[in-house]
Amino acid sequence: MTAARLPSLAGLDAQAHGRASMLATALAALAAFVLVWKAIVVVGAYPPFILPAPEVVLARFISGWADGTIARHAGTTLVEVLLGFAVGAAVAIVVGYGLARSRLVERVVSPYIVAAQATPILALAPLLALWFGPGLLAKVVICALIVFFPIAISTMVGIRSVDARLLELARSLRASRRQVLLTLEIPAALPSIFGGLRVGITLAVVGAIVGEWAGADRGLGVLLNIARGSLFDIPLMFATLATIALLGIALYALVVVIERALLRAR
Amino acid sequence: MTERHPATGRLEIAGVSVSFPAGSQRVQALDGVDLTIEPGEIVALIGPNGSGKSSLLRVVAGLLRPDHGEVRLDGEPITAPVPRIGLVFQEPRLLPWRSTARNVGYPLELMGWPTARRDARVAELLRLVGLEGAARSIPDELSGGMRQRAALARSLAVEPRMLLLDEPFSALDELTRERLNVELLDLWSRTATSILVVTHSVQEAIFLGDRVVVLSERPGRVVADLRIALPRPRSLTTLDEATVSQTAHEIRAHLGALAA
Repeated sequence: MTAARLPSLAGLDAQAHGRASMLATALAALAAFVLVWKAIVVVGAYPPFILPAPEVVLARFISGWADGTIARHAGTTLVEVLLGFAVGAAVAIVVGYGLARSRLVERVVSPYIVAAQATPILALAPLLALWFGPGLLAKVVICALIVFFPIAISTMVGIRSVDARLLELARSLRASRRQVLLTLEIPAALPSIFGGLRVGITLAVVGAIVGEWAGADRGLGVLLNIARGSLFDIPLMFATLATIALLGIALYALVVVIERALLRAR
Repeated sequence: MTERHPATGRLEIAGVSVSFPAGSQRVQALDGVDLTIEPGEIVALIGPNGSGKSSLLRVVAGLLRPDHGEVRLDGEPITAPVPRIGLVFQEPRLLPWRSTARNVGYPLELMGWPTARRDARVAELLRLVGLEGAARSIPDELSGGMRQRAALARSLAVEPRMLLLDEPFSALDELTRERLNVELLDLWSRTATSILVVTHSVQEAIFLGDRVVVLSERPGRVVADLRIALPRPRSLTTLDEATVSQTAHEIRAHLGALAA
């Protein structure tokens, strides 16, 4: 008989071993990436203002963080991403639920959602900047818009795929609508909702940068423009790109950690 | 849970008719079904596919409203699910992310039982169905028989007066099914419930039932109501008795007459 779900000591060992070899693989892939990059620079003999070598970018990355240049801009972008993502995700989950459970909502709302998604955010951003000003609000709106679609759709799919037989069971046990939502629909749809949240968090970073390009005085998008334009500091531009990528990876990992915790807590 | 309450658990099904929309028409699934189950009695419901057995069970469970007729439990009309009626489906219908213990305690959780009381009750139920060792396992880690035992324990959580079973062990292999039928009878003898069990196995119907009720093909009507005179407690060897094959013959005659 299968007993408790406690991993044995041997299991833990294997898990640790698996984790170590996974880390080794990831590091090897990173090393390969850096080597190919370096090889291209050396073979092509590119000047640093076209393609700086990895060690040049690393040095600029470190000095940029050390003198506070990057941190100042990154902080602004992080706030925009987190706020925009939170607002967009919250609205998207509610709307996604409505789409799944109400024919009327689906008929009335879905054309607008699809139309909004089909309109490039790049084209909308200047308009939104005009409406909401050069400050935080415009970026939050842009981030919220860009994360909305994948999260709403994944929520809709997740809620729709809740086993109808389990819903009948809940009905036979006289569960209230609220109980059905909290004990059945949300736990069952959680993996699907988090699929949308994972896509959404990376898009939120894109949204913030696009928003900053449409008009801002601070943020990683702004720093990209300054580094390429007035400073003509291409290594700094690459260091900023790396910062954006790392920000995306960190936020994505955070979503995955929250997902795991919530799945365990079901 | 241990003492019997013979005064309660009397179920009356009176003139129940059910129809379903099928395209532009309606298909009559049940047509004026009358059936009374006495307190503590086990009635096995048998009939060909499409005879509306499951529909009848859903009407009794309060999940389906009949076009005509009424179901009463101890004189009270059933129009919605009530705690005094427990239901076991053909599939276990366990929440796949919950442990056995949390699945069994689910009805109690929905009813707002405090945790300590719920835990005690769940431990008692798991003992009753022999799943103490699997309390923390999730459904994926259980065998088919264990899953259906968990579903049975869940249906007994709030001490129903009436237990409805919809072909509960039909998805399991023959040996597991026989064993679970024996366990079901043992469970029944220790609880206060009447049982209405839908089956498509003549053997199973005879083994479990005080009575076997035969439904006709669509639209379902009661065409036979046979008393099974086998003594209790019954064991698998009970099925070897001569009266069994005689009764089985009789039931098959009713079912066969329908097919003709």
